[in-house]
Amino acid sequence: MDSMTAIAVASIVTAGLTTGLGVVGPALGEGRSVATALTSLAQQPDASSTITRTLFVGLAMIESTAIYCFVISMILIFANPFWNHVIALTTGK
Amino acid sequence: MHLSPDEVILWQYCFIKLNATIVSTWGLMLVLVIGSMLVTHKLFAGARRTRGQNFLEIIVSSIRKQIDEIGIDHPERYIGFLGTLFLFVATAAFGTIIPAYEPPTGSLSTTVALALCVFVAVPLYGIADQGLAGYLKSYVEPTALMLPFNIISELSRTLALAVRLFGNMMSGTMIIAILLTITPFLFPIVMTALGLLTGMVQAYIFSILAAVYMAAAMRTRQPQAESASTTENTNN
Repeated sequence: MDSMTAIAVASIVTAGLTTGLGVVGPALGEGRSVATALTSLAQQPDASSTITRTLFVGLAMIESTAIYCFVISMILIFANPFWNHVIALTTGK
Repeated sequence: MHLSPDEVILWQYCFIKLNATIVSTWGLMLVLVIGSMLVTHKLFAGARRTRGQNFLEIIVSSIRKQIDEIGIDHPERYIGFLGTLFLFVATAAFGTIIPAYEPPTGSLSTTVALALCVFVAVPLYGIADQGLAGYLKSYVEPTALMLPFNIISELSRTLALAVRLFGNMMSGTMIIAILLTITPFLFPIVMTALGLLTGMVQAYIFSILAAVYMAAAMRTRQPQAESASTTENTNN
């Protein structure tokens, strides 16, 4: 396996693994936070606006970790710096 | 398939490039500015109003109410900045119903620019509210040990603001583009509708987070007001 194939295989497999594994944690976290927010909404409907706003802000914070993983796998697939480097090397020769 | 609308170059002269991000940003700015000017060049105070005036009044008063609920004292001072952030991001997401349009917020340069605006505006409003010494004191608020962590959080939340918005908008366009190659007819429409919802939520989150950061930079008055109200409650 030459270096180009190795880089391609590593990038594609890592891109899949990054999103696949990186989404698990935020999913569990978001599920927990929504469940807790629903419980507190049922207990205190008066505080619904505060709870909803805090829930949205918290969800955005949790979700951003999953989005970092997604951005990294997108970079690995569409804008891979190592791949570009190898292509520049081979065409330069 | 491209990662961001930066790569779509519509016109080029030497090193001056005009890409889709710039064009759609200026298009959105024109739509927002000319639309509001058309509505506000004649306003009515009575019961009979135009539809546009009602629409804008609903938007402005609900943004004002949201800022007020976060705990910022005079919302009308900050509605210009926070409301513009919300309106720009929301219109950028809403424009995806137009074919061949790509949201400018799907490019990292736009979202970094928006996040840098927040990064600059938070200290400015903080200093304007409680003075330079009072604002700098908020960095060593619990103990002086927290100073490096406060500075790191200032930088990392700016990065998070930019990457979150970019990731959400970019993933929307990317998923639609991928689905178009697999299942051309129904699913892209469903995902576009989902993308509209995500875009509105992201616009809300972006402006709410900016408002929360600003409220944190101006927080000295907040605990006093709360303690005053609690003492009133205990007295009652």
